Amino acid sequence: MTASIGLGRRFFLASTAAGAFSLGWKIPAAQAATGAEVGIWAEIHADDTVIVRIARSEMGQGTLTGLAQLVADELDADWSKVRAEYVAPEVNNARKRVWGDMSTGGSRGIRASVDYVRAGGAAARAMLIQAAAQKWNVAAAECSASDSVVTHSLSGRRLRYGELAEAAAKLPVPEKPVLKTPAQWKIIGKGVKRLDTAEKLTGAQKYAIDVILPGMLNAAIAQSPVFGGKLVSFDAAKVAGMPGVRHVLAVDDNAVAVVADKWWQAKTALEALPVTWDEAGNGKLSSAEIARHLAGGLDAAEAGLGQKQGDLAAGLKAAAKTVTATYGTPFLAHATMEPMNCTAQFADGKVEIWVASQNGDASLAAAAEAGGVKLGDVKVNKLHLGGGFGRRGQQDYTRQAVLIAKQVPGRPIKLIWSREEDMQHDFFRPITQAKMTAGLDKDGNVTALHARLSGQSIVAYLSPSRLVNGVDPVAFQGWAADEFGYMAIPNLLIDHAMRNTNVPVGFWRGVNANQNTIYMECFIDELAHAAGRDPLAFRQALMAKNPKHLAVLNAVAEKAGWGKPLPAGVFRGIAQNYAYGSYVAAVAEVSVSAKGAVQVHRIVAATDPGYVVNPQQVAAQIEGSFAYGLSALFYGENTVENGRMVEGNFDSYQILRMAEMPKVESVIVPSGGFWGGVGEPTIAVAPPAVLNAIFAATGKRVRQMPLKNQGFFPA
Amino acid sequence: MCNDGGHGMITLTINGKQHQVDAPDDTPLLWVLREWIGMTGTKFGCGVAQCGACSVHVDGEVQRSCQIHVGDVGSAKITTIEGLSPDGSHPVQRAWLEHDVPQCGYCQSGQIMAAAALLAQKPRPSDADIDEAMTNICRCGTYNRVRAAIHTAADLAGKV
Ligand code: FES
Ligand code: FES
Repeated sequence: MTASIGLGRRFFLASTAAGAFSLGWKIPAAQAATGAEVGIWAEIHADDTVIVRIARSEMGQGTLTGLAQLVADELDADWSKVRAEYVAPEVNNARKRVWGDMSTGGSRGIRASVDYVRAGGAAARAMLIQAAAQKWNVAAAECSASDSVVTHSLSGRRLRYGELAEAAAKLPVPEKPVLKTPAQWKIIGKGVKRLDTAEKLTGAQKYAIDVILPGMLNAAIAQSPVFGGKLVSFDAAKVAGMPGVRHVLAVDDNAVAVVADKWWQAKTALEALPVTWDEAGNGKLSSAEIARHLAGGLDAAEAGLGQKQGDLAAGLKAAAKTVTATYGTPFLAHATMEPMNCTAQFADGKVEIWVASQNGDASLAAAAEAGGVKLGDVKVNKLHLGGGFGRRGQQDYTRQAVLIAKQVPGRPIKLIWSREEDMQHDFFRPITQAKMTAGLDKDGNVTALHARLSGQSIVAYLSPSRLVNGVDPVAFQGWAADEFGYMAIPNLLIDHAMRNTNVPVGFWRGVNANQNTIYMECFIDELAHAAGRDPLAFRQALMAKNPKHLAVLNAVAEKAGWGKPLPAGVFRGIAQNYAYGSYVAAVAEVSVSAKGAVQVHRIVAATDPGYVVNPQQVAAQIEGSFAYGLSALFYGENTVENGRMVEGNFDSYQILRMAEMPKVESVIVPSGGFWGGVGEPTIAVAPPAVLNAIFAATGKRVRQMPLKNQGFFPA
Repeated sequence: MCNDGGHGMITLTINGKQHQVDAPDDTPLLWVLREWIGMTGTKFGCGVAQCGACSVHVDGEVQRSCQIHVGDVGSAKITTIEGLSPDGSHPVQRAWLEHDVPQCGYCQSGQIMAAAALLAQKPRPSDADIDEAMTNICRCGTYNRVRAAIHTAADLAGKV
């Protein structure tokens, strides 16, 4: 195999014009002077600017602003002077991970950081008060802080945080600072504006794909189209003379990259490059074969146990009526708006990367491993993500960028995936099927319920060491005993026949709750219908043991006016769920034309995330969850033919657009006492609420997604 | 090997300034903006006219720059997100700020350019006008805020 074609050393800057920007940009605009680090979470400048350190990643979900609110409130900072800035992964690593976990997924950004970032804010506040007390020679207890000013109540003396920061930074960090009670919160719970908006309105926000560095070259990549295939050879000479082309390189054993002055030149040459692949026996896999594989799991004798209560067989035997239905959801690509990309430079045994990542630690580790260098020899520049949805937790693109850069030492290389590469080499939402069986007694009460899942396992694919006795706990998300809303059903069995394929699978906004909730909430609707009961009343009756689920269900029903008359031809559907620490429910109002055009007139969606950091951002996540969830419901499907993905771009993988987006009314009902996630829970109830409304409108149960295959389309 | 059609210096008028670029005629304007000129506010999302992330104004009309060959631009005036206003004060930008529209923000250059072109044509767009004009994809699902912000931008523009 040709390793590299040594082309001349023509050298010019990728850009010498307006767009070139120097290293060390910060979020937001860099502060000239460094301030004092008061504790580890806040850096306070003489002009009172407070820079809150952020270890998680901002991908649109608002975590950056939310985390800053948590710190700033406990710090009693003046919110108008608060900024946010990422912690560099290598600095976190070098400082024994004082800023904690950097991974940003599973709606954990806030809820898994809340305790220590609040404590960090409170500690800094105590240090500032102590510094003031020492200056005034008074007791700290006589001083109080508010809006970035410490006041001595007896004398009325005041000092700004900017005046105290240097002295405060030298004090010991209190280990157990006193946190505010919820009643004392001033910034937490407020719908303050995001900190990262202005740059996104003018083109000034630099995403990873926008990085331009002196001497930078650009790379386009082609990966084996067949999953599990290998690169055999390529004919570099055929493209060597094309404009801008510098190198043609193998990347790992399954991809080839063209490196050129411009990405457009690299992509153009890559398309002209003759490449031979070895399908390695994987070239026959198809969606039809995968469907048969999964169907075999629905009645298999062996299955991993999710949860069990009572005696399923006895419960079914005692039933007056049995209801059975099989549901299924396909593979789904994330299709973040910004395609996968990473810029890497390998020089003098050190690696530097510029990356959009949901996990700064994982990017650091991937770059070190691919570069063959120590963790301490890697520098990671984190940039805001143009979408994540779980995709950017994986670091395949980071690894590739470093592997390419290592072959072109000294030059920064920006690797950008085409949309087609992005869509066909994803870690897809796993394909699953569910056979649902239930018994009803003569009064329509549920005597028994069996949910049998069959399908691919994320944990088995990504981290088999996290399997528990061969069982993937993530497969049951939303259905564990402490999550499931229908624990009043006396006889219950939930199990999973794992049926894996060689299609890469991964975390996809809301997995596996979003597949499971379609199965469960549509099937509960089927049971309500079989029992001749109202879908809301039927659910309420099953929630005796789940008061928090019930409260959210009731909140949504009330706001939606459940049971009240609707315009002719409009019908309602309802769904509820618990996942990622939050309770959610939704009502959809839908009409369906004779031809199958589905108009979603209105969505009402309720959430109980315990405490709310920023209601505006919670509402934004609820709206976004409907856009993402309904895109999947109406259109979303990635199909396998000849061992590879068929859909390559947004023409064949359609996304919901403005005209199809329903009105969404958010009902936020925080019951307090816990911190739940908000980025993902709601996506689970979006499809089943609409599906149940479609049933109410048409009498038709759609059990296999997406709707486009079942004669329904957005009006 | 070079199937790059015509070749030579091309003069482009972008945001009121002239730029000389040495790019083959069939290079998409999107990549000329991003790579030859270094203006990265205009985004790549699909390359096939589906997503609208690459939207710019060509003589005041919104167009998808991934579909325009740079050799076809001629003397047309190009406006990109960087040139929509000198300081982010275009009514659309102000309205976007007021509604905190962006989530990840990656689609927003395109959304803003599409909205600005719509308002230039129809100062008081109806919801139906918005549905028709705003076909850009937003994966984060900011559509309802985009809609509300367009109505606000119409109000703001009406006030000056
Ligand atoms: S990049 Fe031009 S429409 Fe998507
Ligand atoms: S804001 Fe993220 S794609 Fe639109």
